Amino acid sequence: MNNKVNRFVPEGYRPFVSSSDYQNKERKLIKEKKQNNKIVFLKDIKEVFDYLNIQSGQTISFHHHLRNGDYVQNMVSQEVLRRDLKDLHYAPSAIFPSNAILADLIKNGNVTNVDTNYLNGPVSDVIGEGYLKGMLVMNTHGGRPRKIESGELPIDVAFIATPTVDKNGNGYGGIGKAACGSLGYAISDLMYAKKVVLVTDNLVDSLDRIELDKKYVDVVLVVDSIGDPKGIVSGTTKITKDPIGLKIANMTAKLLDEIGLIKDGMSMQTGAGGTSLAVASYVKNIMLEKGIKGSFASGGITGYFVDMQKKGLFDELRDVQCFDIDAVESYNNNPHHIGMSASKYANPYDDPVVDYLDVVILGATEIDKDFNVNVTTDSYGKIIGGSGGHSDTAHGAKVSIITTNLIKSRMPIIKDHVTTVTTPGEDIDILVCERGIAINPKRKDLLEKLKNSKLPIKTIDELYELAHSITGEPKKLNLSKEVIGVVEYRDGTVIDSLYRK
Amino acid sequence: MRRSLLFIPGNNPAMLQNADVFGSDAVIFDLEDAVNVLQKDSARNLMHCYLETHPNQPMEVVVRINGLDTDYYQKDLELIVSDNIDSIMLPKARVVYLNQLDEMLTKIEKEKKMKKHIKVLPIIELAVSVLEVEEIVKCPRVDGVLLGAEDLTSDMEVTRTKAGVEIEYPRARIAMACKAYQIDAIDTPFTDVNDYEGLLKDALHAQELGMNAKSAIHPNQLDTINKVFLPTEKQITWALRVRQATKEASEKGLGVFSLDGKMVDKPVMERAEKILMKAEKFGAI
Repeated sequence: MNNKVNRFVPEGYRPFVSSSDYQNKERKLIKEKKQNNKIVFLKDIKEVFDYLNIQSGQTISFHHHLRNGDYVQNMVSQEVLRRDLKDLHYAPSAIFPSNAILADLIKNGNVTNVDTNYLNGPVSDVIGEGYLKGMLVMNTHGGRPRKIESGELPIDVAFIATPTVDKNGNGYGGIGKAACGSLGYAISDLMYAKKVVLVTDNLVDSLDRIELDKKYVDVVLVVDSIGDPKGIVSGTTKITKDPIGLKIANMTAKLLDEIGLIKDGMSMQTGAGGTSLAVASYVKNIMLEKGIKGSFASGGITGYFVDMQKKGLFDELRDVQCFDIDAVESYNNNPHHIGMSASKYANPYDDPVVDYLDVVILGATEIDKDFNVNVTTDSYGKIIGGSGGHSDTAHGAKVSIITTNLIKSRMPIIKDHVTTVTTPGEDIDILVCERGIAINPKRKDLLEKLKNSKLPIKTIDELYELAHSITGEPKKLNLSKEVIGVVEYRDGTVIDSLYRK
Repeated sequence: MRRSLLFIPGNNPAMLQNADVFGSDAVIFDLEDAVNVLQKDSARNLMHCYLETHPNQPMEVVVRINGLDTDYYQKDLELIVSDNIDSIMLPKARVVYLNQLDEMLTKIEKEKKMKKHIKVLPIIELAVSVLEVEEIVKCPRVDGVLLGAEDLTSDMEVTRTKAGVEIEYPRARIAMACKAYQIDAIDTPFTDVNDYEGLLKDALHAQELGMNAKSAIHPNQLDTINKVFLPTEKQITWALRVRQATKEASEKGLGVFSLDGKMVDKPVMERAEKILMKAEKFGAI
């Protein structure tokens, strides 16, 4: 069966209909985890497995706030391997290269199903080679909490890496050896998993601020280290110096100004990449020049937005994840830097923050003539990322903008059809690249506003032709038809399938 | 009329691919200093293929050939000169070389039955060339002169500094000569690509001395250069008012009149028109 973006949907999965179809359905909520009065403090992962009687076939979840410095998922995986548990379902919010041990578990049949929002590195390789016996399901940051709260993704045990835990079993992410700031991606796991384990390397008497409430916690595991600070947050996120990236960013800021989005009360979100930060930098200059004050910036927060908020350019920062040291510092000390759960960030049924965004700046590995965007695979079908908040913010924001080079490594980025649909074209409004700007024809309002613009407005077909006139026609690839997983849209429907390499 | 000229190495495919997107008025594809001796042939061939496959560029296409004191310039000219380029940049320019170059270009244009008449941008980068500049600007095909401060200061055996005191005289002399013959006076590149404040200061000073354009060695320098060498909004507003007042005065039969308490006569009117011509060319009005 094919879905509404004409992609194959395997049997047993619901096909994607449209990005607003969730509005036709009721929110489903299972009961929150029963409040627990007994918290056990343990010092060895083996004791946790014994105490909770973790068995083959169960679903285990993790968050990715410790990013490429995370030790907790690996610690659990080593114990799974030692016990040779089989048929586990892993549900981490993201999988990084540092989680390479999971590749062994998949090859060995210890883990046979995976749900995640983002995936790259060795685990992506083995899944792409077909070693996962069950299915890989790629969720969105908003889709995951929806899936957990509705009972579609029941979690038996949530292992929550927690930079600091107090003696009562409450947790906080902003301080400790492995401080990472907001723990937004872990909240649904905390509230709905059958058993919750906080894993920490910093046990304190008491906490001034609490993100993880002890009432949901069953076990606190105290270990020497939960992560490598070098891999958790980058020292400083920096604006690109690449002239193409700067040109794209400059045009994007001018475009935002021309369509009237840079105004008092504006809200915005960008990624943490160099070009995204350059957009923020140019927007900052316009805001300062015109004396504009925005309402909030959201998402993964970087030091750049911290600085903008300190300068009075935004009232608040709404943060699901801190990307750098400055953001962690601000999260601890700035009352206007507010944490939020992934559900509040992007769950379509939780009146999410993304619905209040004026503009979001997003990337793309491919975009097609229908404005469908791929951030999940490369052009060979290899999994190199995932939606994260891409589909969520693209749908929620009033204007969604893709910024990307028109040509990367001699390959045109605009395709007839993207290899994998991550975000549907109906939610993508504008493409900005170094050789022009394409507006989605359905946004007649934007085309009207820009009809006298001096910016290089073109159709996406014109940009496609321009790119191909430079690169020539790329050779068509015959990709495998063996399904290894699905890309799940935020409402739980399948927007595309993933294939063996 | 140019504001900015961006140098791009002729042997770098990735940079060639994007040469037209940065908004410089001209791109100088370099076959000289940016290309190692061992890569002269491959760079020349790459440039040839690039020019053949990228005709009709939105900016002026300039190729810096190897000097007429080298073994490479003839092959450069034979392969590169075509209707796909606009200008040749000649390093270490002398009057004698410019006359030779004119002869060679005339021959190639005839042989290839070209539609274009190739212009020449000499680089003043020898002390003797500074002394010859009044003659150089009169040479056939020359419609702009570039100061090459790095080689010039080496020839002068003086230290190159950011303040640029050592190039004050050649800057002023080149600007004067170019303005006398109404061709472009193009300033030397600012070589610290991370110092944008320094670049701004340097470009403003060159402009004060009469330079009307500046070369760049990195695309990120172009915004600053294009802004400095474009009339300001205040200048454009003033010039538009002068144009309107001139029209009204002319209708009354007046050749000289007063605007904001200041006399407006022919030189002032011409200055206003020059500002407006530049602003119109570069899309500022």
